[in-house]
Amino acid sequence: MKPSDHPDPFQQARVEQGVSEIDDQNDPVQMVLRLKDVRKCAHNWKTYSSEATPGRIVVPSEVNIRDTRQIPFEVDPPKHGAFRELLDPWFKRPLQDDYRDKLRAQISSLITEVIQQNSIEAIHGFSLLLQSRALTILMNTPESEADTFISWGTHVFRSEDDPLDAGKAQQLYDYIDQKIDEAETKPSEDLFSTLLAAEVEGQKLTREQIKGIIILTFAGGRDTVINMVTNTLAYLADHPESLKRLRDEPEIRTRAIEELIRYFSPLTHMGRVATEDAQVCEHAIKADSRISLCWASANRDETVFEKPNEIVLDRKINPHVAFGFATHNCLGATHARTIMQVLIDELCEKVDHIDFLNAEENIEQWGEFDRKVGYHKLYLAFHSA
Amino acid sequence: MAKITFITKDDDTIVCEADSGSVMELAVQNGVKGIDGDCGGVCSCATCHVHVAPESVAQVGEAGEIEKDMLELDDEANERSRLCCQLEVSDDLDGIVLHVAH
Ligand code: HEM
Ligand code: FES
Repeated sequence: MKPSDHPDPFQQARVEQGVSEIDDQNDPVQMVLRLKDVRKCAHNWKTYSSEATPGRIVVPSEVNIRDTRQIPFEVDPPKHGAFRELLDPWFKRPLQDDYRDKLRAQISSLITEVIQQNSIEAIHGFSLLLQSRALTILMNTPESEADTFISWGTHVFRSEDDPLDAGKAQQLYDYIDQKIDEAETKPSEDLFSTLLAAEVEGQKLTREQIKGIIILTFAGGRDTVINMVTNTLAYLADHPESLKRLRDEPEIRTRAIEELIRYFSPLTHMGRVATEDAQVCEHAIKADSRISLCWASANRDETVFEKPNEIVLDRKINPHVAFGFATHNCLGATHARTIMQVLIDELCEKVDHIDFLNAEENIEQWGEFDRKVGYHKLYLAFHSA
Repeated sequence: MAKITFITKDDDTIVCEADSGSVMELAVQNGVKGIDGDCGGVCSCATCHVHVAPESVAQVGEAGEIEKDMLELDDEANERSRLCCQLEVSDDLDGIVLHVAH
């Protein structure tokens, strides 16, 4: 085992049972573990709904800490499609040149900074900064807002010692309320103002709906992006030959990015609520009970991926579900992929190698499964090319 | 050099030429509406779905198993569906016609 490895805790359960039950605040969840089953259930929104009580499809459940429905995440078709039609163009902006240029400027100066330091703690000294600053481009707000986002720490809903901290969430709600007020009196070109002016199916969005969209933009892209970036740095530090290969063979970078995202699967799983009695690979699913689509397990499915537990940088066929599948596929995927493209380009250009100094792993606990999702602390030293 | 014709949902016809790369890349470079290529061509996103014109089916050939599994859950899939990131441009594809599925 190398320090940057992420073992697959689901293998035995996936092969032998395909589904595994875990408890969560007395509302158990049947985790669906095989790629084909995960895809089928994600596709079948009529039986496996996202439009339950707000917070219930999240594991651990957030029903006790919020009432605001997150949009489009907790809405089923056809209404879901109307929201996506509004939001998709905004979230595809990372494909534009000026968006990339802004991101490149941010990431380039961050790398220059960390090269000058003897060593850094990568989460607070790199990934959190990168994620927060990049988010200002996605939301089209001034870059100075990033300081506020950074002050919230790595998770906007969870404090360090309490996975469900209502007080923590309140901070975010207050910020959003204030920003919507500001946009009402002084409209700009940012996401708040854009949503205030927008219509879905001929109707203006309510304040509650705008909140539901913005909260998701903060929550969905926070620890996912932070883990994606941190884990990539850890991997490249631990595998100098891979950084060299990416530098020498720029044509494999696109594939390498998909492969890193498959391997890390920054979002472990996401829930659904059954609308009727159903079955997943011969396991009974009762109406009104929860399942979860375990992207992390599906992405190591040995019946689909050769050498599932290895990072094969130029993996050609890679049908991973790290960004979800079908209806609710990740709205932020273009932003996340663009971050990775710019990050890899800039590392190849500016960094010769990275020393892996020390790390404290972040292990999630899901029933019998212990899954490494990233790091609590990661100490690295960057060396200039 | 292969000449490849895309017909979009809005009935626009776009004729492109290339001698290497994937058919998805060719479509994206030429701004073919409905081909996004989100995953860059690794068979993960299904945003490169086309229906091969009946007269081009023999020339294009059949999808592999992993590609078929992806297509199975696409609401627009039919027996002539392909994910065009899995098609490598070569002289063998000269003259094919592809209808964009979305
Ligand atoms: C590497 C980074 C990321 C990963 C691995 C990831 C993963 C996922 C996954 C697996 C889903 C599907 C959830 C489901 O089916 O219920 C999803 C949905 C979503 N993600 Fe991401 N995500 C990432 C980054 C982002 C970012 C940066 C944003 C926005 C700032 C974002 C916003 C969303 C939204 C809004 C949805 C819901 C889409 C819908 O319901 O239609 N994500 N994400
Ligand atoms: S480009 Fe993603 S599946 Fe073809």
